[in-house]
Amino acid sequence: MWQIFHKLGSPKWFFGIASTLMPWLLWVGLALMVAGIGWGLAFAPQDYLQGNSYRIIFIHVPSAFLAQSVYMMMAVAGLVTLVWRMKLADVFVKAVAPVGAVLTFLALFTGAVWGKPTWGTWWIWDARLTSMLILLFLYFGVIALGAAISDEKSSARAVAVLVLVGVVNIPIIKYSVEWWNTLHQPATFKLTEKPSMPAEMWVPLLLSVLGLYLIFGWLTCLRMQTEILVREGRTRWVKELVQAGGN
Amino acid sequence: MAFDSFGAFIVMEGHGPYVWACYFMFFLLMGALALWSLRQRRSVFAQQRRRMNSAPARDQSPAGASFTRIEPSHD
Amino acid sequence: MTAEFTVNLRSPDVSVGTATAMKAVFVRDLKIALRQPQDLLNPLLFFVMVVTLFPLGVSPEVSFLEQAGSGILWVAALLSVLLSLDHLYRHDFDDGTLEQLVLQPQPLFLLVLAKSMAHWVLTGLPLVLLAPVLGVMVHLQGNSVAVLCLTLLIGTPVLSLIGSIGAALTLGLRAAGVLLSLLIIPLYIPVLIFGTGTVMAASEGAPVAGQLALMGAFLVLALTLAPFASAAALRISLSNS
Repeated sequence: MWQIFHKLGSPKWFFGIASTLMPWLLWVGLALMVAGIGWGLAFAPQDYLQGNSYRIIFIHVPSAFLAQSVYMMMAVAGLVTLVWRMKLADVFVKAVAPVGAVLTFLALFTGAVWGKPTWGTWWIWDARLTSMLILLFLYFGVIALGAAISDEKSSARAVAVLVLVGVVNIPIIKYSVEWWNTLHQPATFKLTEKPSMPAEMWVPLLLSVLGLYLIFGWLTCLRMQTEILVREGRTRWVKELVQAGGN
Repeated sequence: MAFDSFGAFIVMEGHGPYVWACYFMFFLLMGALALWSLRQRRSVFAQQRRRMNSAPARDQSPAGASFTRIEPSHD
Repeated sequence: MTAEFTVNLRSPDVSVGTATAMKAVFVRDLKIALRQPQDLLNPLLFFVMVVTLFPLGVSPEVSFLEQAGSGILWVAALLSVLLSLDHLYRHDFDDGTLEQLVLQPQPLFLLVLAKSMAHWVLTGLPLVLLAPVLGVMVHLQGNSVAVLCLTLLIGTPVLSLIGSIGAALTLGLRAAGVLLSLLIIPLYIPVLIFGTGTVMAASEGAPVAGQLALMGAFLVLALTLAPFASAAALRISLSNS
């Protein structure tokens, strides 16, 4: 058990694993996304209430879903940073924060554009849009704090504390739907019950969610590798790797 | 197929601009993020290689060489 | 500065009880602040001025102010707490008192709690006391003013507690003030929502006990968790410098 843990903390080991995983993550992820989006855009039946504008769901929900779970992952990694001082956990947080911010922005953007034909306005201050906006602010805070502290170790731990404090916001996002009954639809995915959508709608949605997860995994591996290369530039294995002509 | 023709697919009964704007933004940003990350990694590799190439060169350089090597960063 | 308290804090061999140490920290912060009353006054003046901006900048009409008054007061209070946060640890950090505090045998989070409470007494409490006057100026009706003060009374300690985390995280950084606001404002939003929401409900004659209880829950949560986070952040910031 401890050996695995130790290995997990080793940047060199991670670098190798990431390299083998990355092509799989990328291509399977892309295939799933293309399948899900293609199906959703062209073949899924129209929504009887919203017409065709609902087809935005096939990117809106994956983005929003991932944007929130990325923050949760960052919180777990932050805990690992604080408790076990594992370097790789901080590498993860630093690599993933901009990705999370982009996904949150995309969820907001697609939500706003979806709102125009559905509600007749670009922006509604409803609970979920607002808490998504707060999530975006949280991501910006994490990125800004990480950039402001130059010392690697203090930066890692300070960011970890901030992420853990911010994670209090995630349940507020989740339950805000019940707190304020507003125009927005209730949460689309509930793992415990059968979705109320017909299968031709939620299967492509599930595909694109999975696809985006895998692509996120690829992006994470890529960005973590970069971060590791920067930090471990002086070690022998990186020098050997660079000399071997890696790219 | 939920649409009768390709034209209908593009127009989406008037909702086309909204749907396509979303998809455009999504692929634009995700693509930019992927490209940026790829380039970042490449530039880090290049930087390391340059540093390694310059390190031995500094060892071999004759004592008293009067020039300094400046490395501009190519980010 | 306040030699007797610093000496008191600096003698770990004399086993000082935790409560005594907390009290010492609390009283010390109050005394230092009272010696520079201008620093105490500034957030209050800021509070009043920001509230003044809204009738001037938006509309002095009674109907608008009745509607927006609670929100204006809450936002102004939030901002003035935010402005005062930079002082929470700054002086102690500069003169080395903070390092002594961290080295104390008493648990740091309790000392941090004492400091946060002192900060609230010095900034939050005056805001609460000033709020009725401004509430009348923005035409809040009788009952709303009382509820507003109550929400501020419960809410401002939460602002101080959460703010102490941000102040600890940004300690010793360049442009700490802006960064601090960036980190803390998102965390303030729930308090703001419930603070103004409660006053709105009160002005419509709805019962507010539930919302006040929820704000109380925020306060309890902040009281139990924020000092830990703040203490951890302090240790990190001090190890950095």
